[in-house]
Amino acid sequence: MAEFQRHEHDVLVIGAGGAGLRAAIEAAHAGASVALVCKSLLGKAHTVMAEGGVAAALANVDDRDNWKVHFADTMRGGQYLNNWRMAELHAREAPDRVRELEAWGAVFDRTPDGRILQRNFGGHKYPRLAHVGDRTGLEMIRTLQDYAVNQPIDVHMECTVVALLKDGGRIAGAIGYDRERGRFKLFAAKAVVLATGGIGRAFSVTSNSWEYTGDGHALAYNAGAALQDMEFVQFHPTGMVWPPSVRGILVTEGVRGEGGILVNREGRRFMFDDIPENYRNQTADNEEEGWRYTQGDKNSRRPPELLTRDHVARAIVKEVREGRGSPHGGVFLDISWIRAKLPNAEAHIKKKLPSMYHQFKQLADIDITKEPMEVGPTTHYVMGGVRVDGDTQMSTVPGLFAAGEVGAGLHGANRLGGNSLSDLLVFGMRAGKYAAEFAARQGNARVDAQQADAVVRSALEPFNRTSNGEGPYQVEHDLQSMMQELVGIVRREEEIRKAIDRLKSLRERAAKVSVTGNREYNPGWHTALDLQNLLTVSEIVARAALERKESRGGHFRDDFPDKDPTYGKFNIVIKRGANGETQVTREAIPDMPDNLKRIIEENK
Amino acid sequence: MATETLARNVVESGQRAAARSNTSAGTEARTATFRVWRGTAAQGRLTDYPTKVSEGMVVLDAIHQIQAEQATDMAVRWNCKAGKCGSCSAEINGMPRLMCMTRLSELDLSEPITVEPMRAFPLVKDLVTDVSSNFRAKKRIRRFTPRPPDAPDGTWRMSQYDVDRVQEFRKCIECFLCQNVCHVLRDHQLHEQFVGPRLLVHAAQLEMHPLDILDRRDELKDVDGIGYCNITKCCTKVCPEHITITDNAIIPLKERVADRHYDPLGKLVRLIRGRRAGSGKREAGGGMGDGDGGRE
Repeated sequence: MAEFQRHEHDVLVIGAGGAGLRAAIEAAHAGASVALVCKSLLGKAHTVMAEGGVAAALANVDDRDNWKVHFADTMRGGQYLNNWRMAELHAREAPDRVRELEAWGAVFDRTPDGRILQRNFGGHKYPRLAHVGDRTGLEMIRTLQDYAVNQPIDVHMECTVVALLKDGGRIAGAIGYDRERGRFKLFAAKAVVLATGGIGRAFSVTSNSWEYTGDGHALAYNAGAALQDMEFVQFHPTGMVWPPSVRGILVTEGVRGEGGILVNREGRRFMFDDIPENYRNQTADNEEEGWRYTQGDKNSRRPPELLTRDHVARAIVKEVREGRGSPHGGVFLDISWIRAKLPNAEAHIKKKLPSMYHQFKQLADIDITKEPMEVGPTTHYVMGGVRVDGDTQMSTVPGLFAAGEVGAGLHGANRLGGNSLSDLLVFGMRAGKYAAEFAARQGNARVDAQQADAVVRSALEPFNRTSNGEGPYQVEHDLQSMMQELVGIVRREEEIRKAIDRLKSLRERAAKVSVTGNREYNPGWHTALDLQNLLTVSEIVARAALERKESRGGHFRDDFPDKDPTYGKFNIVIKRGANGETQVTREAIPDMPDNLKRIIEENK
Repeated sequence: MATETLARNVVESGQRAAARSNTSAGTEARTATFRVWRGTAAQGRLTDYPTKVSEGMVVLDAIHQIQAEQATDMAVRWNCKAGKCGSCSAEINGMPRLMCMTRLSELDLSEPITVEPMRAFPLVKDLVTDVSSNFRAKKRIRRFTPRPPDAPDGTWRMSQYDVDRVQEFRKCIECFLCQNVCHVLRDHQLHEQFVGPRLLVHAAQLEMHPLDILDRRDELKDVDGIGYCNITKCCTKVCPEHITITDNAIIPLKERVADRHYDPLGKLVRLIRGRRAGSGKREAGGGMGDGDGGRE
């Protein structure tokens, strides 16, 4: 067997963003021995970039809110493809998970009577997002990080997992390498929790960090677990569009929540033009009402800028395509106009949106308290992921769990803003709990030395190829442009087929990339390995997108622009077949219990 | 304001801003040279990399471009590229900065731009340093410990005024630039004796947290080495989050420590009362009722 640093644990958690940290904490609370592995330093994971807030029906700002309304909002936003059990658990448990953070030291913004303040966000009927200015993710990850380091958790920073190990049908652990020295680590574990986040780096315009290469999706798929809903990629409507080097960086929905408006180059507030039928009752029909809503008037309905992200993103694309975009190919997002409404607008904006103020000032030389921003859609989130049991978060592979973005089900066809931070708390906690329980029932799994050796051999291959081969960066870049162009916001069959075809040649190129230098902190090598995962998830996204011949949520087909009710009855599930082929099936969504159906009816 | 006028203003103002932003970014493509530290602790040197630069680029973009085109194994740590994660700290032309937030338009491109790793920490390779001492130092500071909940449902009440103060400290993105410029750490390498400005900010947010009930003054003096700081304020100058580290975090902590350890009158009072006089914080109770919790 190859040389390994060997670690043995009950539960191995892969990924140390919000979901991974929360899972590790819970598993440690349950008495399991826990290892937490992350690609970056602790506290740098993508959660840190979440801005707007965490959705939980605390009802601190509007006492009409409760878990049932949150549940109904989540299902409506997901176009009813959600795993309704997860949507129920999420809505019921999110308030406790948020309050728990406060007990661990998080400092949320306050209401006048000293409770956790909540703000408006797209698709949420009432002000529901607990927040800290526009740096809620930082507050959450730091709170979880500072709490976790005081638990008996074995943390492996800057360590990338390259394969899961199995013992027959069940999970047996994982193999990773430490980035600093390039040494391999073998983690024998009775249960593994994937908390690796998303796949945004498969596209060229994205708000996601380098880590988002679909590692967990690919690890699970390669281990034989089923994925679902992979056609649903969320393009956040407001990313920066200029300068080119910052294209894709997120502009929080909080800007619109605080009263920001979208305007095209003709000076038209175009979001009023097309309000979807199922949101008409909840949407303001004039600008004054929309403004009052953002300022907390309970009798007003939300402005159309706060419709769901899929809708707003497509509306922006339409403006740009039809020649009404801003100078750099986006539209205008303006918060400075509230000077006409508030006496202390400048200070108010800086207080409510401090990171946005600095981001634009520093990167684009724009003062958002005085001028509008230019924004356009950016790849932000994948609703799809590992198919899990709603209660336990266990995948179709015994002992393999998934939580947070890498898991699927809660968000259906489209995620509401703020539901991701609550997702990772609720299901991170559940995954940790049930992984520990699962581990307690198992004997030690056997690690297959041959499998482990094969993993290491394949990971080191890029060093052995002739040095005149292509480097990994160009292939990665070409993959990203291809996915952006052919499987992006607007899709059509012939383009998706072309993408699947191009993936073949990209895979061939990737199989030949060579890297220079040695194994010590070598980003070329790291990229060559990440590239394999990106290729795997890109293919899965394309296959799923091809199969869903309708438009719904984050998936828009130009050749099937309407929603088709028959497609509302199943999830598209993708699995690796016995011979390595990609199997695409349709799995019926189980019938919803009557009490949940009633809740949806009551909140129509 | 009439709606049409408002929207027209938005467009006009937006177009002006876009045009100005074009100019300030320097739209014409040209070549600049980046003089980057390459190597390990054992050996290394500055290496020149000429590369094309274009509008709006930041230093991290240039480093990535060099990595993709000329030096695939060049080590650099980064994550968000939006100034939020604090991973890409380096010394750019000698100034400690985040590479992702340093625009090329601020630099003189007629001269080579030097990019070096943070010097206070052991070098791993190229621009990557071993910052693990910071993570270890945090473990030395006792964790957040709240008072019992204020309400029967297990929640607390805090006023925005009281949380504002700690929210400043909680903005920290742990880029460790403050640690890097602190002479106690950088020149004297006293990482084990002095936790450094980042961790003092962490201690400050705990000590001034409206809910926290621990008194960390003894450990600040004896374990964290707060006495080593002689208030040169270099840390405050380099903080990308503009936290007033020295004035708002370190000096108040030093005062608390001084009150406890070097105040003869206080010592006498404590002696007479035969026990520790209050923790020096939150005697007022910190609840909503007095509206003064946590302030001194």
